[in-house]
Amino acid sequence: MAETTARPKNFLGVPVAKPKVAFIELSSCEGCQLQIVNNEATLLDFLSLVQVVNFREAMTEKSDDYDIAFVEGSVTRKDEAEKLRTVRNNARVLVALGSCACFGGVNQLKNRFDLDWVKREVYGNSFIDTDKAQPLEDFVHVDLRIYGCPIKKEEVEKIVTNLVIGREVHHPRYPVCMECKANENICLYDLGEPCLGPITRAGCDSWCPNNRAGCWGCRGPADDANMVQMRKIMTEQGFSDETLIDRLECFGGFKACVDNIRKGQLK
Amino acid sequence: MLFRTLKKKDLPRLYDRLSDGNRIVGPTVKGAEKDGKAIYAFEEISDFNNIHLDYTSTKIPAKKFFMPFRETMASFRMKGKEWDKMVSFNMNSPLVFFGMHACDVNALNKLDKVLLGSHYPMPYYAAKRKNMFIVGIDCIPQPYCFCRSMGSDTALHGFDMFLTDLGDHYFVEILSDTAYNFLRQITNEEPAESDHARYMKVAAEKNRKFTAHVDTTDLTKILDMEFQADVWKKWGDQCLSCGTCANVCPTCYCYGVDESVGLDLSRAQKTKLLYSCNLIDFAEVAGGHNFRPESHTRLKYRYYHKHRGFVEAFEESLCVGCGRCGESCLAGITVPEVIASVRGEES
Repeated sequence: MAETTARPKNFLGVPVAKPKVAFIELSSCEGCQLQIVNNEATLLDFLSLVQVVNFREAMTEKSDDYDIAFVEGSVTRKDEAEKLRTVRNNARVLVALGSCACFGGVNQLKNRFDLDWVKREVYGNSFIDTDKAQPLEDFVHVDLRIYGCPIKKEEVEKIVTNLVIGREVHHPRYPVCMECKANENICLYDLGEPCLGPITRAGCDSWCPNNRAGCWGCRGPADDANMVQMRKIMTEQGFSDETLIDRLECFGGFKACVDNIRKGQLK
Repeated sequence: MLFRTLKKKDLPRLYDRLSDGNRIVGPTVKGAEKDGKAIYAFEEISDFNNIHLDYTSTKIPAKKFFMPFRETMASFRMKGKEWDKMVSFNMNSPLVFFGMHACDVNALNKLDKVLLGSHYPMPYYAAKRKNMFIVGIDCIPQPYCFCRSMGSDTALHGFDMFLTDLGDHYFVEILSDTAYNFLRQITNEEPAESDHARYMKVAAEKNRKFTAHVDTTDLTKILDMEFQADVWKKWGDQCLSCGTCANVCPTCYCYGVDESVGLDLSRAQKTKLLYSCNLIDFAEVAGGHNFRPESHTRLKYRYYHKHRGFVEAFEESLCVGCGRCGESCLAGITVPEVIASVRGEES
């Protein structure tokens, strides 16, 4: 995959550099990386836009000479923190890929519990070296975030294209409802189901509500998300704080909000 | 205006004539709410029996057919330093709207003023609007309907024919020669004196059923006076800034343009995306300054555009009183309540 020898790319007659990119995983399911490889229809175009030099899930070759590092997963061990620091030193642009890298993701659910209990519950008496799950930004500077669990491949392609041709990368700042209405979905609340769409950052094209499943907030909060009102709505619609917190905590993006609810400060 | 009557049993024949070679859009059942109430939507219809002419109102207006949420404005093909630009107004074939309520017809009339009648008409809208045929249908006011307050409970123009249910037959208003020529192919009759009386009785019965009202007296002035009123802050605190009100509004037309380059760098696309003035970056300008960073200022300007700015420009409000925004707002913000609170009335 590294040996894509197509002619140098140009955009409107201007040659564009073909950045060397690396895909690196920390503690994760590697599902976000799989999303990239899964995109057969556009994979060749993707590979002619960048030069992949490190992608354990997809290729044998390995190089530490890269411009852009896409890092999937959260940090759960000291050696991962070290690995992340090395990647930060190697890369000009460090991209947090997916909810685990951005917020800790599903992994950070264990942070709520006593770590010894967690280890015993999952691994019994076998030795396991694991600490609490933390997002990349707790250790290194992150240049760009790609949200989602998993990431949406179309969005990654758009972001990578913009990176290559030097355009600014913008995320939607509004919540999922905007895309959900454009997709003409029936509101999950009309169906009697909870949904975090009103407070979660859009960009997924309302993936879950399109399939009649309420949003779990994997992309974290939208700008100016109205948490107080969201809690009122959940209560009015007959859902408990427990249901709300379950959803808010699932991917780690709403940590501050959950802390406020627990402290009784979200009114 | 021409008036005729049409037997209900002959309506499928009108449908057959209209659907011959045309796409038909009508109110249909999309699902059911948790309490079992039907959820209606305008969809393309292939069977007359799927049209629910007794629908209350659709959650989402018909605007997707003439002002889609996402629409490609132009696509580009780059070759070296050159490029080709392809523009399509995305008008594939004429559309027949079979069963549109007066509020939605009036919404089209309002959009016409902005998108057809201004100095820079919007060709993407015009291409579709000029190629549609509308069969209007009367309705029963729902608890959220305040169209009568907005003068949109009856449509005077903007449709081809309008049906009013008189029991076993329809009272038909004919407004276009296209409608006349279609109706001529089906058995229809001259309305009798009793049909006129029945029509007026039905209209009066409908009027009595309105429960939601908006007092528009001096509203433009009152909005000016109450620009700094505390109530805006109250509604702003409730607002989710999610854009749902604009998306379900039959007259909201604000949009943004997204320019994207294809992965192979040889294609690009300009896409029109309907936007909402309640979204956080609606009033953010180049350089990053945001004129309306606070939720309540955005919500306020939404009301100012609908009920003040548009009135000053066009002598009418940009709200038809369909009540969809209030029905869809999870935070429970409704136009009658907001206007009443600005007027200092308890709601």
